[in-house]
Amino acid sequence: MKLKALLALAAGLALAGVAYAAEGDVKHPEPQKWSWEGAFGKFDRQQLQRGYQVYKEVCAACHAMHLVSFRNLSQPGGPEFSEAQMKAIAASFQVPAIDDKGEVIQRAGIPADRFPSPFPNETAARAANNNAYPVDLSVIVKARHDGANYIYALLTGYADTPSEFQLLPGLNYNPYFPGKQIAMPAPLVSDGQVTWPEGNPPATKEQMARDVVAFLAWTAEPKLEERKLMGVQVMIFLLGLSVLLYFAYKRLWRDVDH
Amino acid sequence: MAHGPSTYKPTNAFTRWLDSRLPIIRFLDDTMMQFPTPKNLNYWFTFGGILMIMLVVQIISGIVLAMHYVPHETLAFDSVERIMRDVNYGWLIRYIHSNGASFFFIAVYLHIFRGLYYGSYKAPREVLWLLGIVIYLLMMATGFLGYTLPWGQMSFWGATVITNFFSAIPFVGEAITQWLWGSFAVDNSTLQRFFSLHYLLPFVIAGVVILHIWALHVPGNNNPLGIDVKGPADTVPFHPYYTTKDGFAIAVFLLFFCYFVFFNPNFLGHADNYIPANRLVTPAHIVPEWYYLPLYAVLRSVPDKLFGVILMFGAIFVWALLPWLDTSRVRSNKFRPIMRQLFWILMFVIFILGYLGAQTADDSNLVFFGIELPIGKLLLAQIFTIYYFLHFLVITPLVGLLETPHPVPESISKAVLAKKGAASAASA
Repeated sequence: MKLKALLALAAGLALAGVAYAAEGDVKHPEPQKWSWEGAFGKFDRQQLQRGYQVYKEVCAACHAMHLVSFRNLSQPGGPEFSEAQMKAIAASFQVPAIDDKGEVIQRAGIPADRFPSPFPNETAARAANNNAYPVDLSVIVKARHDGANYIYALLTGYADTPSEFQLLPGLNYNPYFPGKQIAMPAPLVSDGQVTWPEGNPPATKEQMARDVVAFLAWTAEPKLEERKLMGVQVMIFLLGLSVLLYFAYKRLWRDVDH
Repeated sequence: MAHGPSTYKPTNAFTRWLDSRLPIIRFLDDTMMQFPTPKNLNYWFTFGGILMIMLVVQIISGIVLAMHYVPHETLAFDSVERIMRDVNYGWLIRYIHSNGASFFFIAVYLHIFRGLYYGSYKAPREVLWLLGIVIYLLMMATGFLGYTLPWGQMSFWGATVITNFFSAIPFVGEAITQWLWGSFAVDNSTLQRFFSLHYLLPFVIAGVVILHIWALHVPGNNNPLGIDVKGPADTVPFHPYYTTKDGFAIAVFLLFFCYFVFFNPNFLGHADNYIPANRLVTPAHIVPEWYYLPLYAVLRSVPDKLFGVILMFGAIFVWALLPWLDTSRVRSNKFRPIMRQLFWILMFVIFILGYLGAQTADDSNLVFFGIELPIGKLLLAQIFTIYYFLHFLVITPLVGLLETPHPVPESISKAVLAKKGAASAASA
């Protein structure tokens, strides 16, 4: 047991050494287990619903997600809120619109609306965030190398600034971020920051981070489950076709010296 | 071997009527059914058929994508995401097209290297080889243009780097670059013309492919022995013998292709291309698609931009000289003990150049699997680039003169029978 742990530690150190040598001194995210990995991977509906709540109550204060619509929340392969829940979520938002007199108004959201953005434009977003721009999160998991692991590591990786590190004013120390200092303050600061309905695991910082990463993985790749299911079917078909073609080929060439 | 007299016989009144007016069925029967093909082709010779399939896959998926894509700098990125989210099976069509480009290149590299190994470029197939190089260059241009269309960070900065090659031309470089851009920088006018050209070039490729196949059908296929077809005993009709063999190879190739499409669709891409293009933020590390990496390493091995660009295009141009640089009278490396080893060294050199092309552009030492090697990346790229050119320009002509090839069999059928005999003797 001890030997195993020692070996694991040694392997970990060796790997860390490799990572260190390859990428300067930015810390590499540790690989996590995610439910949607593998050929038969699927999202966990409850996890996506919890993740949506973390996104809505924490991330959405600064980050837009302009590629996702409310209707997506009840589509197959996603959080699969019920139709009524989804409509209630949409109606709880105010979205800009134009009324029949041409006046700019705010109205309650409908399923076809995209998620409203917290800021009207980039300049406003920067003005409110110390000149940093909170990026759109729609495809963030695909837009970062090792996306899900990286974002999980980033969300849980905030640490006290080492004494020898020169932190610029207004920035926060995070060893996983390129340059190790990030404008975004730690978004998940305390356990129980989000209140989930009964029957869900306790809202620890790690659990909230895992769930919001799952939600972001879904928004980046909303057709993932459909894709993998079809993939399995296509692979089985092609395998069968290859076998048939192979025997047809061998049968045909049996009488040819070649 | 050219095909003999046509053996097609129209079987009904309509085909007889058509045959005396437009003998298209006769043409297809001669070239795709009866065409005498050496009976000893191995699986490396199936990539021609695979490439035909990939060209058709790319054209069909591309035409459907073009129905939904919007070539405008403010709309392109979101229109691609709309394809991924709201177009029926849009995710499938896009992932087929983006991974299809990579698999098209995997197949074309294997096809080219097969030609290199078996001496398919040598007389009487020089024109066939040259047309192949034209197709490859057109594919490179098409792949590059297509990669700019999603208008992500790598699209934009890749386009900026590649179009800047032309600014290396003395005196008129800047004017030519601005003419290509249609502007003073890569912007909306560049994107729109790239889309237009990306739609055009595949049909040019299809046209050159027809010439390529025509040039194939005059001398006939080369084969692993590299010897000429001596008579009917050496060949089988293309159909059904090679339609089934190619069919099997195509199905296996599609298995690999579909693994990436369905289970790892973004593996061959770069994460930065899911960040919308931003001219104010340069990515930390601009890398081209994997299929350009060896050429990218050649380009960067020279500090001088113009010379680097010349060298990069020269790396492909030397292929065009190969039919005349190779002095050996034996085609296939199967009978060339020295050249065969040099072939694999060349493959290694190209692979390492590709690896170097993916590294950051600085002169630090190469770190390979965590071990720092005592040699700079730049120096290594220079050594391998020099070797690459030496292989074609010096080694190939010299080895052709100095090497003593193994005896070449008299005919394909005799070689086949000898192998059969040896096999049955061994098993007996």
